[in-house]
Amino acid sequence: MSSRTPSPQTRARRSRGAARLANMAGGSLGAILVKIVLLGLVDALGIFALFMLATQHNWIVFAIVAAALIAINYIYFSKRTLAMKYLTPGLIFLLVFQVFVIGYTGYISFTNYGSGHNSTKEDAVTALMQSAQERVPDSATYELTVLRDGGDFGFLVTDPKGEVSYGTAEHPLERVTNATMTGDKATGLPGKEALNFAEIVDNQKAIVDLQVPVSSDPNKGALRTPDGSSAFLYLSSLRYDAHADTMTDTKTGTVYSDTGVGAFADSAGKQLKPGWSIGVGIDNYVKAVTDEGIRGPLIGVTLWTFAFALLSVLTTFALGLFLAIVFNDMRMKGRAFYRVLIILPYAFPSFLGALVWAGLLNRDFGFINLELFGGAHIPWLTDAFLGKVSILFVNLWLGFPYMFLVCMGALQSIPDDVQEAAKMDGANPFQIFKKIKLPLLLVSVAPLLISSFAFNFNNFNLVYMLTGGGPRDASASINVGGTDILISMVYKVAFVGADRDYGLASAFSILIFIVVAIIAIVSFRQTKALEELN
Amino acid sequence: MSAPTLTPSTPSTRARDRRGFKARRWFLATGWRHLVGWIMIVFSVFPLLYVLSASLNPGGTLLSSNGLFSTIGFDSYTKLFNSPQQPYAAWFGNTLFIGLITAAGTVFLGALAAYCFSRMRFAGRRVGLLTLLVVQIFPQLLAVVAIFLLLTGIGDIFPALGLDNQVALIMVYLGGALGVNTYLMYGFFNTVPAAIDEAAKLDGASHARIFFTIILRLVAPILAVVGLLAFIATTNDFVIASVVLVTPEKQTLAVGLYQFVSQEFSSNWSVFAAGAVLAALPVMALFLFLQKYIVGGLTAGAVK
Repeated sequence: MSSRTPSPQTRARRSRGAARLANMAGGSLGAILVKIVLLGLVDALGIFALFMLATQHNWIVFAIVAAALIAINYIYFSKRTLAMKYLTPGLIFLLVFQVFVIGYTGYISFTNYGSGHNSTKEDAVTALMQSAQERVPDSATYELTVLRDGGDFGFLVTDPKGEVSYGTAEHPLERVTNATMTGDKATGLPGKEALNFAEIVDNQKAIVDLQVPVSSDPNKGALRTPDGSSAFLYLSSLRYDAHADTMTDTKTGTVYSDTGVGAFADSAGKQLKPGWSIGVGIDNYVKAVTDEGIRGPLIGVTLWTFAFALLSVLTTFALGLFLAIVFNDMRMKGRAFYRVLIILPYAFPSFLGALVWAGLLNRDFGFINLELFGGAHIPWLTDAFLGKVSILFVNLWLGFPYMFLVCMGALQSIPDDVQEAAKMDGANPFQIFKKIKLPLLLVSVAPLLISSFAFNFNNFNLVYMLTGGGPRDASASINVGGTDILISMVYKVAFVGADRDYGLASAFSILIFIVVAIIAIVSFRQTKALEELN
Repeated sequence: MSAPTLTPSTPSTRARDRRGFKARRWFLATGWRHLVGWIMIVFSVFPLLYVLSASLNPGGTLLSSNGLFSTIGFDSYTKLFNSPQQPYAAWFGNTLFIGLITAAGTVFLGALAAYCFSRMRFAGRRVGLLTLLVVQIFPQLLAVVAIFLLLTGIGDIFPALGLDNQVALIMVYLGGALGVNTYLMYGFFNTVPAAIDEAAKLDGASHARIFFTIILRLVAPILAVVGLLAFIATTNDFVIASVVLVTPEKQTLAVGLYQFVSQEFSSNWSVFAAGAVLAALPVMALFLFLQKYIVGGLTAGAVK
């Protein structure tokens, strides 16, 4: 009996051990489960991506995704990659959305990517043929039933001979045999819902715009419908000759050929739009420095960007430092009250701040002009020079509280004994400030001044929300204005207006990258940030 | 100053002089500081009061908003949520959703990396830290064209992660999670004594357990700062959000409000002001509430 039942001490020891074991097992079991589920999700996504890439024959990306997937699995199952287990999640995002996109920007800057050149040649041919389509006179009428096909629509047509076929915008017409017939007209396909009249009316625009190619040869034309119940053959007035690689306008007889500019062009150089994207070498960079309509604005914008960033730092720092000195007096009452109210602009979202000031500074209806300047029409935002002044002024409003807080902190961290020692040596308050406090303060805020410079260098929100970069520079061949900084110019060239030029915008981006890199190198030298690492 | 010596001094003038002298000394010592303070308060607060008054001016245009607080009414606020022209509630929700997820993701990814750099010694650690320092110099918005085209490409494979999708936007923002945040956290992690880890390790805790149950609690203040800074940065982003999100119902406040007010600058003013006030209130409240932490974080190297 005594040999079967352990003594109370042993029992307690054993149960303690068992509890710890269970605890460890439970904890690690949960952790392992979480790990397996998360890895499983990643793997599932990755394999799906690989599958899709394989069907698109995109083998380069396929190889990259496969390698990444293998690496991730190795990292989380091997025992020797502890550090990487912690770094990988952030690193993946960093590599794709920060490092890769920088390299990709470089690649785009060597192409003519943009509106009119944004896809492959094949797509451009299809788009050209479609845009020049006209209904064939006296062509046959096809009886039509519109079917829902996923999120899109398809045409189920019965031709005059009674043959039934089905097609969508992507898949040309194909004969079908399993259609439901009502009289001589095909009215349904298994698995696809036919649209009733009300639904056709609701989706009128999509259906009228739908073009179903008759065959995979674009020259054979496409079916379109004006009413959703009958379709007609439309033929393009352009004819594509795949062998000679030319487009011929059948009405005028003009021959457009691929002359290596990413579009079909006739002998006089007139291009058919859209074209397709091709590599153009360093053309974008050459254009940026030689084209009169670009070089002038580019130089102006670059100079203003530097001036803006520098003056912004100087003005906000000067005001912030001044206020920090003013309020850094222990005798003064209500300092917390002043401080909270003064830093309010910093708490206000900056894009809203810029928009509110855009209203205040409005030329005709703004508060500043009407109430403070007695109804004058001063073009605060629409004049190139005053616009710059306004931008600096509004940035002062947005930015001085930050400098105030920073300087306040730095001033308070200067030890009192240093000041007392100076006082003992007979220095007056001004000397103490100039010779002792300021140098000490600058040491601690210099890195912040540099990062503030870098931030303002790309302070897109302020410029874009306040003046929109305007007034527009009429002499420039690109969309750029008198108060634009480099980053807002990049944005406007790439995304604003009808004429978008991703290639040129990327070339500008790369130029900014170089400038930023130079600033960074200089500032690292200055702050010796690299030496502090250990 | 010479006046008192010329006039015969009666008790009353002497008292007045003393008072005047005291006032002058008070002014020279601290009084002028109050004057500066009040001037700065007017400068700082006036635009905020102006936008508040504009939002309370129903149907107000830019012109009629100049009479500060001349009318009070909440029509602009109700209009904000009721007109289909601007889906303000959706913008607000989207901004919160994107901002909170991005902030949580940034904190988590950054903390993982900071723990790794702070506690582990491995080949390439120094190079890794340096690389992070270099990469974060280049702001993501410079590569906005490439991000746009990359998401177009991803959208062909995963429509859910392509253009016009909030998850895609969050992923782009998380690309900036390492970098300056990791640096802030790395510095703070280093201030937590390694002896704590070692004690836990001796008790049989695994590295993951030490990280999740011990370290993360000890570094909570820096997590709050990084999370808040990430949230504010996300809320303020216009460039990337405007390029990625196309459908009005999916957009954020920055994109939606800008497009709304820039269409009809003058006549939409009061409704815009109402939207601005509502958008700014939570951010400002959070900011003032967490002020102490933020100021600490600021001096450690973050910028607005």
